[in-house]
Amino acid sequence: MHRFANPARFQRLAASILPWSAAASAILLGAGLYFALFVSPRDYQQGETVRIMYVHVPAAWMALFVYVNVAIASAVALVWRHPLADLAAKAMSPVGATFTLLCLLTGSLWGQPMWGTWWVWDARLTSVLVLFFLYLGHIALVNAFDDPTRGAKSAAILALVGLVNVPIIKLSVDWWNTLHQPASITRLDVPAIDPAMLTPLLLMAAGFLAYFITVTIIRVRAEILERRLRAMRLAQTAEPAGALVGADRL
Amino acid sequence: MSEFFAMGGYAAFVWPAYGAAAIALIVLLIVSLRTLRAREAEIAKAEGARARAPTDRR
Repeated sequence: MHRFANPARFQRLAASILPWSAAASAILLGAGLYFALFVSPRDYQQGETVRIMYVHVPAAWMALFVYVNVAIASAVALVWRHPLADLAAKAMSPVGATFTLLCLLTGSLWGQPMWGTWWVWDARLTSVLVLFFLYLGHIALVNAFDDPTRGAKSAAILALVGLVNVPIIKLSVDWWNTLHQPASITRLDVPAIDPAMLTPLLLMAAGFLAYFITVTIIRVRAEILERRLRAMRLAQTAEPAGALVGADRL
Repeated sequence: MSEFFAMGGYAAFVWPAYGAAAIALIVLLIVSLRTLRAREAEIAKAEGARARAPTDRR
């Protein structure tokens, strides 16, 4: 675990991954869009609106996946005081919030023509809205204190408490028989979807994942630099007393 | 071609969904990159100031 605690080692690793993840997200999203918009057929019931699925479903998967990652980073930060985990959680949660917002927005644009409504207080929709508010709360808490370690700690606790919402979102479509349809891909038997529609879906999902890795690396780098800047400023103001504690930690 | 953009009469729903996704992801990427560049510039400035300071012990 602590092998990656060293920011210099992280920076080296991140620098070697970044060009690959950036290229992968461009290629996968390009191919995904081509299959989603040109190759895949229209649905026999939903017509062309089924193409919204290729943005909506991967965005929903990423909303949950990123949240689990924020929670894991928060647990690592709280338990092992891993010096990068706090920064990772802070860097990731705006990315997760963006995917959640996209999921809600595209879902609304799909719901209006197919369900006849932009929004219902259905269990799935409501629990995803709660996820969005959890992300907003996390972002706000991280920045709410003058002392960044206090902000990180409060936000980490919120992220872990909010984790209870993840299985609720996943199982909401089975527990409550409301408007949103149940899972068609992530189930134990064969996916209930034609390969012609599964291909663009998985390509878009892989593209979103590569995008998430790319943007997270960029954001964690910025966070590491910000922490180093803060340490340098702290050392500068403490200079007359000769205290340089923390200045060389990063 | 116009048939493609018409999206079977659902253009008003399909294209905003793709457009919103494209805009959100591109804006997030640009903001993240600009923040990183700004931090790098600040670090370079701070390190330069430190190197020039005669009283600095390092």
